[in-house]
Amino acid sequence: MKAPLWPVWLLMLLALAAELLPLPIAVQPLRPAWTTMAVIYWSLMWPGRFGVWSALVVGLFIDVAHGSLLGQHALSLSIVTYLVLKLHLQMRVFPLWQLTLSVIALMFLELFVLLWIDGATGRAEFGPGRWGPVLAASFFWPVMMAGMDRLRERLERRDSSFN
Amino acid sequence: MVSSSANSEARAYRNASPGLRFFLAAVLCLSLMYLDHRGTYLEEIRAYVGGAMYPLQVAIDSPAAGVRWMRENFALRERLIGENTALRRESLIASAELQRMAALRAENTRFRALLDSKSRVPDRVVVGEILAIDMDPLRHRVILNKGGRDGAHVGQALLDAGGVVGQITRDRGDSAEALLVTDPDHAVPVEVVRNGLRTIAMGTGDLERLSLPFMTRNADIKAGDLLVTSGLGGAFPAGYPVGTVTKVDGSSGDAFLEVAATPAASLDRLREVLLVFQQPGPAAGDAALADVPTPETAAVPPGSQE
Repeated sequence: MKAPLWPVWLLMLLALAAELLPLPIAVQPLRPAWTTMAVIYWSLMWPGRFGVWSALVVGLFIDVAHGSLLGQHALSLSIVTYLVLKLHLQMRVFPLWQLTLSVIALMFLELFVLLWIDGATGRAEFGPGRWGPVLAASFFWPVMMAGMDRLRERLERRDSSFN
Repeated sequence: MVSSSANSEARAYRNASPGLRFFLAAVLCLSLMYLDHRGTYLEEIRAYVGGAMYPLQVAIDSPAAGVRWMRENFALRERLIGENTALRRESLIASAELQRMAALRAENTRFRALLDSKSRVPDRVVVGEILAIDMDPLRHRVILNKGGRDGAHVGQALLDAGGVVGQITRDRGDSAEALLVTDPDHAVPVEVVRNGLRTIAMGTGDLERLSLPFMTRNADIKAGDLLVTSGLGGAFPAGYPVGTVTKVDGSSGDAFLEVAATPAASLDRLREVLLVFQQPGPAAGDAALADVPTPETAAVPPGSQE
């Protein structure tokens, strides 16, 4: 029996909802980049099942939800996912603090891709609205990781093909 | 952290060839972005995906809607009575004003007939609701619960009780995306009520501020001036308040004044908006002509509007 994929997409939907949830204007810049975190997590842990195409689909949904250029988040998430797929064996054996640092690095890379595209299409802004989510995500990553690991291990135990 | 699953996962990953996939994905994304930036070819896709996301957006909005429902249903009787009295008083005052307006409007129509210019017909409005959803933190966009199926159309102006809110930018069938006047991409043609001086108010990315970048140093504008839509350009109906000038700064050595205004609409606690249906003119060209200032509004000092 294979571990089901639907929890992955359900969590992805929740992450997307968390990015759209109304917050007071003062704390809006500090909303963690939930979908980016979720994409990094699943491509890190289940690289055979969550790959570049999945990241592309998630990115397209974000683009429509934010009303940004269609393909902008899709491209940035694909790049991040590709790098995670290349590095996942190294990253998995990192201690948590190193892993968190490398996730921050990946998210900054995504940030720059977004900024470059903004710049190429006419308007680049590097305000707190851009880097705030990365900052917040670096605090939330260990917490999210702990919670997701539990769920993932439970799913893997059901899956005979993992052993 | 590494489980025994790593082996089979690694095998699956090697078979997948992420390099090729990534290359294809990047090409796809780049061409999508090019098409989206250069034209409107992708609006259909956007509308479909947006329509598919509408249930999610309604679900996100539902806690806010639930709180509102609770507040309405479990309100104290005294509070309701107080609110009712206040509303009744307000309505009385408003209808008294309306009666006066009716006489003025009749007079205005008569004068316009005398001047042989087209009379302005009142605009029809529909109430739409804004979903409590945060979109891109850098842009000021909102989702409305009215779309093309309710008669809304791209370019349609949105108002609230205070003044102009923004305009619809994308139609998704059951819902629509709108741009607020304070979005950095938004501009609205305005005129100063006091002297009819025409200019353009641009968004700044700050919900409390509009900027008027095209005022020459000798322009007759000062703090406290009310700005209303001029109706030029045809997107916004004429005569609705846009904002109040708060600051006129001529100290910088530029050729233009730095003029800031606060929006008339309360953009930060927006819930319901009016979608304005402008009465269709005989033709687009004629509709634009109808807004050419009549002699009494054209008292603009020459050279002050360029």
